[in-house]
Amino acid sequence: MIWIDTIVQGVLLGGLYALFAAGLSLVFGIMRLVNLAHGDLIVMGCYLILVLVTAIGLNPFFAALVAMPAMFLLGWGLQKLALNRTLGDDILPPLLVTFGLSIVIQNALQEGFSADSQRISVGALETASLGIGPVNLGVMPLLTFASAILVILALNHLFYRTAVGRAFRATSDDAATAGLMGIRPDRVFATATAIAMLVVTVAALYLGTRANFDPSIGPARLIYAFEAVIIGGLGSFWGTLAGGIVIGVAQTLGAAINPEWQILSGHVAFLIVLLIRPRGLFPRGA
Amino acid sequence: MALLETKGLTAHYGDFQALFGIDIRLGPGETVAIIGANGAGKSTLLRSIAGVLKNAPAQILHNDAEIGHLTSDTIMKRGIAMVPEGRKLFPSLSVEENLIIGGQQKGNTDLGDRIDSFMSRITGKPDPTAMAAGHDGTGYWSLDTVFDLFPILKERRRNPSTALSGGQQQMVAIGRALMSNPDILLCDEISLGLAPVIIRDLYAAMPRIKESGASLIVVEQDISQALDVSDRVYCMMEGRVTLEGRPSEISREEIHAAYFGAAA
Repeated sequence: MIWIDTIVQGVLLGGLYALFAAGLSLVFGIMRLVNLAHGDLIVMGCYLILVLVTAIGLNPFFAALVAMPAMFLLGWGLQKLALNRTLGDDILPPLLVTFGLSIVIQNALQEGFSADSQRISVGALETASLGIGPVNLGVMPLLTFASAILVILALNHLFYRTAVGRAFRATSDDAATAGLMGIRPDRVFATATAIAMLVVTVAALYLGTRANFDPSIGPARLIYAFEAVIIGGLGSFWGTLAGGIVIGVAQTLGAAINPEWQILSGHVAFLIVLLIRPRGLFPRGA
Repeated sequence: MALLETKGLTAHYGDFQALFGIDIRLGPGETVAIIGANGAGKSTLLRSIAGVLKNAPAQILHNDAEIGHLTSDTIMKRGIAMVPEGRKLFPSLSVEENLIIGGQQKGNTDLGDRIDSFMSRITGKPDPTAMAAGHDGTGYWSLDTVFDLFPILKERRRNPSTALSGGQQQMVAIGRALMSNPDILLCDEISLGLAPVIIRDLYAAMPRIKESGASLIVVEQDISQALDVSDRVYCMMEGRVTLEGRPSEISREEIHAAYFGAAA
């Protein structure tokens, strides 16, 4: 019975990884841009929420809501002022610029908040759980997973059912022809990154309340996110959730066998999927 | 007054000069055909007008306003739509979505436009939103009227655009451009790679497009088709206009000479 519990915990952890990955997946799907600072932006979101919680005394969930517009504008500005200039036929400039941004964010956070690890407290919710048979479900992990599903439903709706989503897909297909339709690719890209930053804020809320964080943990979150996107198949949001779950379950199973194997198991699962299905589990257009 | 006019229009691809001082004009309600051999500069001319290629402001006039420097999205919002060469449908979008996207950006009230307007007031740069004003994108064309023009598209509205035949794809490309209710429709080689019977069907739609109030510039390699549909013809060769006239007034020999550069 311990195994059922382990797998369920892994699935719930997968929700967190899917949240890490959804923003990355959105941006990559639309402009083929791999944002190497994605993990650091999540950590930055944690600190923003932390400041709102400790300085103003807001409830963490409400603080995340307050942080969202700021993160949205940050994403818009980042794309419009910096990243749009790097997009082109060559894939190297965006990688270099986002890598540099990653270092800048880590160091700025270290300067501002020191290297001490922090945590956002959600009070009694932290330990609250529901017992279902042999399985104990933490309320926070459940909320994380539910949020991941909501985020993916929302992104799917946005992408496939709205005018903005049509503009996203058209620009991704052919930016020059999208221009003939009155669409401005630079603005579409800015909107996409801004929306990705909303998802980043949600991810930051659950990362910051789940465990300790410090300015250096961003790159590892990027790796989990990246693996989830690849496992799921590029361009599929539900695939991204599946990818997150695969990594989450692999990690908790690995940890159950030997605590040292937790992180390694996730990466091994990623390699196995890559070997068997190089295009991921649910590639778009397959 | 000309609806659209080019004055000494030039275009370059790197060091290569593709257009050498093109002067053409399009009157309200007119259909102008541009014919010429491969590489004559016909598509370059259309791409310049549509804003895909940038020019000096004064080289292209729309309703007497200088538009040569504007980007394609602003040109489109002014009411100049293009059916691009090779159709260029969006493969990720269904037939219906391809049509809708042609008209969805009309009007200039989205948040991004407002931010741009605001920024140009601060920086003193010309406001692209103001340059696009004056065309609200409303009019005769909608999903219903496009489906009425090309009924087969209604049957296949849910299909991915890649599942259509070449002729049907061209119908989508034309319909997509019409959805913004343009004053001017630019058609780049809509007959390219299609069977004669299909081409005839496509051109059969032209009278209704004209009736809707659009003026047309039609680039064609198919000379007889171009002469049939147009009020005036320009023939281009090696980046220059070599002949201009009404189809009824120019002879086969004149066209031959202007097209190939040799006496017939």
